[in-house]
Amino acid sequence: MTETIEFDFPPNRDAMCPIEPARYGEMGGHPKRVRFWDGSTPWLITRYQDVHDILADARASSDPTIPGYPDFTAASAAAAEQRRTIVALDDPEHAVLRRMLIADFMPKRIEAMRPTVQAIVDSLIDDMLAGPQPADLVSALALPVPSLVICEVLGVPATERERFQHLAGVTGATEATVTEVVAAHDELIAFLTDLTLEKASSVPTGDLLSRLAHEQLTTGALSANEIAKLAKVLLIAGHDTSAGMIGLGTVALLKNPDQLKIVRDSQDPRVVSSAVEELLRYLTIVHRGRRRVALEDIELGGELIRAGEGMIVVLETANRDEQQFKNANVLDVQRDSHGHMAFGFGIHQCLGQSLARLELEVVNSTLFRRIPTLALAVPYESLPYRHDQFNYGVHCLPVTW
Amino acid sequence: MAEKEVQMRVQLDQEKCVGAGQCVMNAPSVFDQRDSDGIAVLLNNEPASDLDADVRTAAALCPALAIQLSD
Repeated sequence: MTETIEFDFPPNRDAMCPIEPARYGEMGGHPKRVRFWDGSTPWLITRYQDVHDILADARASSDPTIPGYPDFTAASAAAAEQRRTIVALDDPEHAVLRRMLIADFMPKRIEAMRPTVQAIVDSLIDDMLAGPQPADLVSALALPVPSLVICEVLGVPATERERFQHLAGVTGATEATVTEVVAAHDELIAFLTDLTLEKASSVPTGDLLSRLAHEQLTTGALSANEIAKLAKVLLIAGHDTSAGMIGLGTVALLKNPDQLKIVRDSQDPRVVSSAVEELLRYLTIVHRGRRRVALEDIELGGELIRAGEGMIVVLETANRDEQQFKNANVLDVQRDSHGHMAFGFGIHQCLGQSLARLELEVVNSTLFRRIPTLALAVPYESLPYRHDQFNYGVHCLPVTW
Repeated sequence: MAEKEVQMRVQLDQEKCVGAGQCVMNAPSVFDQRDSDGIAVLLNNEPASDLDADVRTAAALCPALAIQLSD
């Protein structure tokens, strides 16, 4: 008989070891059942191979409106219909939307943005160095990098970037009230809708919103509002996540000076690239589990998951699975981290992964070279970690140099 | 007698492709992505044997399981 493990789900990371994944009961085991807030007992999937297999399985649906889908809260269960965006649709609906977006995120297109991203990072570091100490690396670098970069991708004009950044910040801010978040969301959608309409009546400018306006709006495939909502999903998906990796990645390297030295002293871009993959694996900031529901009976890791049963698929434990990564709990920037699950797997694997890699490569090859004396201004244990957030990271990161 | 070297054959299912770009990052001389929609294309379905490891990595990392190898 399958055991049911009892703990408050989702578990938080240990405040004393904030970079380590939370404990999901006995790690590395076969799929188990976990008791949820509503009394349901979805499956908890933590092993690398099981996570890999189920995320690539079309019988495991991402659709929150299907009965049995494990919602984290009553509020999110009630909003299931509104949550059916690109990240929560199955094929063929998902493929239609994804295929409208892929070209803007493919590696060769993203690589062409490297000089732009480098200029953004250099300018932000200039500003931080010109300001007082300690500086907050999150507001000085970690948050503005992804938000300015997504402005480039979407084609938000320079004059509107401050407003865009402000709205994006409020929609993701934990200290904002529900009313503020809703208002910022509405204003952001209105802003992106207007921008899309404007681009539809202008000469194509090569950015994503211009392309969607000319290819999808004018043909009637999507409305301006649908394009705005899609753009907002891209913004959200790429904002908190990259910011989390920049902030927490800096913490992890400062905590591991021998590893930091390898990154800082190398002139080889492959060393930085390998370090970025390892930081993605080691930190896995998209934590707490992807949710799926079985459309048919599925055999997984020696268990039978019945049609209609929910699944919590945990990326951070897969990335610390000793069967896949030797000495998985050690940060080793020179290891081969290929195949890590930080961007997920299956049809929903992160669309913006090349962009995230580019941002992280530029930051990690620039920050420590330009500020070799960079140091935490407060003890590692007392940093405000984002324990209660879907995307992990630090709320702020006071640094000196 | 030396064993005859077996040629690896690559098949790509463009219907399954989600454009994650793992194949072009790992085996850029074997895979590309279409400029128009980012869907992967096969440049060479019988790559030279020195590319075997790269192509196997590309196939293993394809999140849509769209690359099949046979030899």
